[in-house]
Amino acid sequence: MDPIAFKYLGAGFACIGMGLAAMGVGNIFGNFLSGALRNPSAADSQFARAFIGAALAEGLGIFCLVVALVLLFT
Amino acid sequence: MASPIEQFQIKPIIPVINFTNSSLFMVGATAVIVGGLLLATRKRAMVPDRAQSVAEILHDFIASTLVDATGKEGMKFFPLVFSLFMFVLTANLLGMIPGFFTVTSHVIVTFALALLVIGTVVIYGFVKHGTHFLGLFVPSGVPVWLLPFIVVIELISFLSRPISLSLRLFANMLAGHIALKVFAGFVVSLLAAGGALTILAPLPLLMAVALMALEFLVAALQAYVFTVLTCIYLNDALHPGH
Repeated sequence: MDPIAFKYLGAGFACIGMGLAAMGVGNIFGNFLSGALRNPSAADSQFARAFIGAALAEGLGIFCLVVALVLLFT
Repeated sequence: MASPIEQFQIKPIIPVINFTNSSLFMVGATAVIVGGLLLATRKRAMVPDRAQSVAEILHDFIASTLVDATGKEGMKFFPLVFSLFMFVLTANLLGMIPGFFTVTSHVIVTFALALLVIGTVVIYGFVKHGTHFLGLFVPSGVPVWLLPFIVVIELISFLSRPISLSLRLFANMLAGHIALKVFAGFVVSLLAAGGALTILAPLPLLMAVALMALEFLVAALQAYVFTVLTCIYLNDALHPGH
């Protein structure tokens, strides 16, 4: 098979990593919501922390995107 | 259809001193920050008006984030942390204006900022604590036979901090702008295709509008996350050892 074809395959596999990162981000906000429904008074103070955690998890998905872009464009 | 990568090209403006479009927008971001904050606080009123209020909110927001992470003595790092936050936020937001260049969409820019942060942490840690700074890699309460592996793992995770810090900001900005360009290209392609496809042209436009909203959120959020992580790493310099 062409080595170029392997690069496109690799980019496709990297997108699976992005789907897993999306699951991670949903996990964080799902847990935040279930905690907020149990204890609404504590929700506002922890809201910023939920976003920090989500940005960290989303970062890993974006690293996968960078791998895909590097494979596609070099 | 033009490539979505073209928007990230560095174009020289004054070739003699290597003043490029990237440099222009860095200078522009600094001018916006300095001019905006000076203009907002020139009256120094006890009861702030609207503009001074914004400056005070920004100050208190970053000061509280820094003090939450590092304690009262962390305030000596406030100029660095505030400058980083304002620069990253303004550079990200300036890039949202159509036609403007996004400074932070180049990994060398974000890597320079991350290296500045980690360099400050390492140098301050060694100057203040000497070799006790290396106690950062030896968590308390670890059995002796596990220590070599834990130290290696902690070392690798410390060395990955500048990489993850820079890559997170760079990749978020890059991905956002590429996605915007791709959907904008779809609008043009659908309009040019003619016939039934021209009716569908508003759909990618709506998606591009939604993406703009998301990108504004991501611009502000990534600036905040960069700052929070900087505060956490500075706390490691102030209080090494777990």
